[in-house]
Amino acid sequence: MNNIAHSPHAHAPISIGKVMGTVLLALIPATLFGFWLYGWPAVNLWAVSLIAAIVGEAFVIRLQDRAVRPALMDGSGILTAWLLAISLPPFAPWWIAVLGSLFAVIISKQLFGGLGQNVFNPAMAARVMLLISFPLEMTTWVAATPMGSAQAPGLMQSLGITFLSQPIDGMASASLLGHVKTDYTLGIGLEQSLSGYYVPLDALWGSRVGSMGETAAVLLLLGGLFLIARRIITWHAPVAMLLGVAVPALIFNLIDGNHYAGPMVHLLSGGLMLGAFFIVTDPVTSPNTVLGQFIFGLGCGLLTWIIRTWGGYPEGVAFAVLLMNAATPLIDQYIKPRIYGRDRKGAPLPANKGN
Amino acid sequence: MKLFDLRGGVHPEGKKNLSGERHIRVMPLPKKLFVPMQQHIGAPATPCVNLGEHVLKGQLIAKAQGGVSSSIHAPTSGVIIAIGDHAAPHPSGLPVPTITLESDGEDRWVTTEATDTPFAYSAEDIAARVAAAGIVGLGGATFPSALKLNLSRNSGVQTLIMNGGECEPYLTCDDRIMRERAAEIIEGIRLIATAVDAKEVLVGIEDNKPEAIAAMQVAAQGSAVKVVTMPSMYPMGSEKQIIQVLTGKEIPAGGRPSDIGVLVHNVATAFAVQQALRYGKPLLSRIVTVSGGAIKTPCNVEALIGTPVSELIEFADGFARPAARMVLGGPMMGQQFTQTNVPVVKGTSGVLALTSDEIGQAEASPCIRCSTCVRACPVGLLPLEMAAHIRVSDLTGAVDLGLKDCIACGSCSYVCPAHIPLVHFFNYAKGDLAAQERSKLKQEATKKLANARNERMARIERERAEAMAKRKAAKEARERAAKEAAAKVEAV
Repeated sequence: MNNIAHSPHAHAPISIGKVMGTVLLALIPATLFGFWLYGWPAVNLWAVSLIAAIVGEAFVIRLQDRAVRPALMDGSGILTAWLLAISLPPFAPWWIAVLGSLFAVIISKQLFGGLGQNVFNPAMAARVMLLISFPLEMTTWVAATPMGSAQAPGLMQSLGITFLSQPIDGMASASLLGHVKTDYTLGIGLEQSLSGYYVPLDALWGSRVGSMGETAAVLLLLGGLFLIARRIITWHAPVAMLLGVAVPALIFNLIDGNHYAGPMVHLLSGGLMLGAFFIVTDPVTSPNTVLGQFIFGLGCGLLTWIIRTWGGYPEGVAFAVLLMNAATPLIDQYIKPRIYGRDRKGAPLPANKGN
Repeated sequence: MKLFDLRGGVHPEGKKNLSGERHIRVMPLPKKLFVPMQQHIGAPATPCVNLGEHVLKGQLIAKAQGGVSSSIHAPTSGVIIAIGDHAAPHPSGLPVPTITLESDGEDRWVTTEATDTPFAYSAEDIAARVAAAGIVGLGGATFPSALKLNLSRNSGVQTLIMNGGECEPYLTCDDRIMRERAAEIIEGIRLIATAVDAKEVLVGIEDNKPEAIAAMQVAAQGSAVKVVTMPSMYPMGSEKQIIQVLTGKEIPAGGRPSDIGVLVHNVATAFAVQQALRYGKPLLSRIVTVSGGAIKTPCNVEALIGTPVSELIEFADGFARPAARMVLGGPMMGQQFTQTNVPVVKGTSGVLALTSDEIGQAEASPCIRCSTCVRACPVGLLPLEMAAHIRVSDLTGAVDLGLKDCIACGSCSYVCPAHIPLVHFFNYAKGDLAAQERSKLKQEATKKLANARNERMARIERERAEAMAKRKAAKEARERAAKEAAAKVEAV
């Protein structure tokens, strides 16, 4: 007989590996769509990110004299690298992916103490590091060239793009938010700026300029709904984040439509869908009560909108998430559930015989 | 009836179909019965029979001791062959004071005082007879029932809640007793209601027991007893939770149900009360569910208190496959046991032999703060935060987060994707705090005694010094007097 075990002697059929696996499953449709849309360079970048994360994490775990296999098998490192990969410009050079992945798993996660200990979302921390350090590579976007189309790079050409940083002739373009911001600084109003550039249905289906995770808004939304249905995440943080962007966007759009983009433009662009369903729902770096998660999501949304509208960068999801990550312990300090038999302050409820 | 929401909770797989359709069968008379002196909350009972004495079924063999205790009766007729130690139905399996009774096979009753008019008894009388029958809470808490009746009568009872929740997976003993002995249970409930003068009587039964609900409704017809269907959810059968669901009230922290005018008893306890009052029969047996994937024929049995668990397993046709773990009670809050010679006691609701698939436990991995435990906690605690504090021995921090409000229901451990044994952390911390509390009391007592001793020694010293001083003064006075006398003589 084994050691004495404590109750309960039953367990829900769930594990960390299953949780991470389900999240990866939810990412697959959007990722495959991204592969199709941007062709082989996107596949290369994704593969390089994952390999770098796995090798980097294994190396650090070995340095700590810990068992490598169980730590890698939980799938959290792969998820981090995957999320980072689909937030990068698809034609970015290989070293961007490698640097980002290593920064994410080693600096942002393992240095903080490994799984469950990191303060900042590793994928977003890595993205911000890359954006600040390598602004050129991180803002070089290309027009979509779906696999099979005439302009699509072949396999060999794609290896050149990813690994030799071969220039991409005439394909460079700007993402929607970047375009709007640039035009705005040039004094061009939204109506003119958006015309021909923003087609709502295209935004929905992703056939436009951006990162892999940016373009397939609908597929990301479906993946998120799948996670909610599977009870891996709750609706609170995602809905709050979307509200945090949509509500101010709506108000300011009503005030000055030629200056402030409307809620649909905001909701369907940038990393918002990815952020709402796959980033702010990261359990490690978000608060531990549903109310706290709602506040956290709302903060992420508001900050995203503020950075997009008045900040120096066209996109703000990653910055917003990191700022709110820092606020998570504070939210947890103040937002606690009321305990049975006690009032909100923790004092016992008064006796009441009910006679 | 309007039900109130329960926070958190989990939905473990019921597994009640394993034994739910099996009628209660009475176990054959065991050759030897091992009756522990402590089967209830409170002080152990004191044996009042001698070695070698022949006793009749239902005869008092151990008397209640002190304020909180319960008496124990001979489960069958036979000879007392040992008054000593036997393995306890506890994870440790350590020996505890136990009376061993060898059955004479006749199962002969002591003279009992039956009546056709149990409702003629006064409230005090009912409580006294419940106490004399050695009845304790059969839901598992095993608090002496008569005490609860007396406490509640004094404080006044608005709502009497009869707990037929049976939210633990596998267990079907309450389900079966409600299906098969509904009339007796309802009479018992009415007797309890009489004893505490309850204004309202509710029987809460989970909706996964439709036959029990129907049987109880039929039996309750024409009485003031109201049978209420509750949603199936764990821990619906916990005292705090069933009160919350049925009345919308919460027991104040650190308080008792009587603080809010509520009294909760288990349905099986009501059956025992009815038997004690109408037939004068003390509590000698209980319904036990023998189940689990490793048991060949899961079933419900009526077993005499003191029957070795091994005989129950044999009665269920033994093991179908090796058990990875054996548990007394339900899987959510039951306790593991390792020796099958431990006896059935008043609080034994189930004997489970589980396979490793059923247990489904894996090596614990790091907490990812997913807060599934927070959403599962029916009390509104933050299990992950409490565990983090306990892991670094910050018990005060855990108490500040509400450790003492934890009901150890196991919902958090059950849902944890990292398989962290959260309840184990909490019970460890509670045990450590209790030990600290005890050693603090001991230290205070020691300090008090030491102070008293120091004071006494100082007083003795002072008194001696005073006495010495007095003697010295007297001596000096004498000497002076003598000198003066001598001087006088000289002067003369």
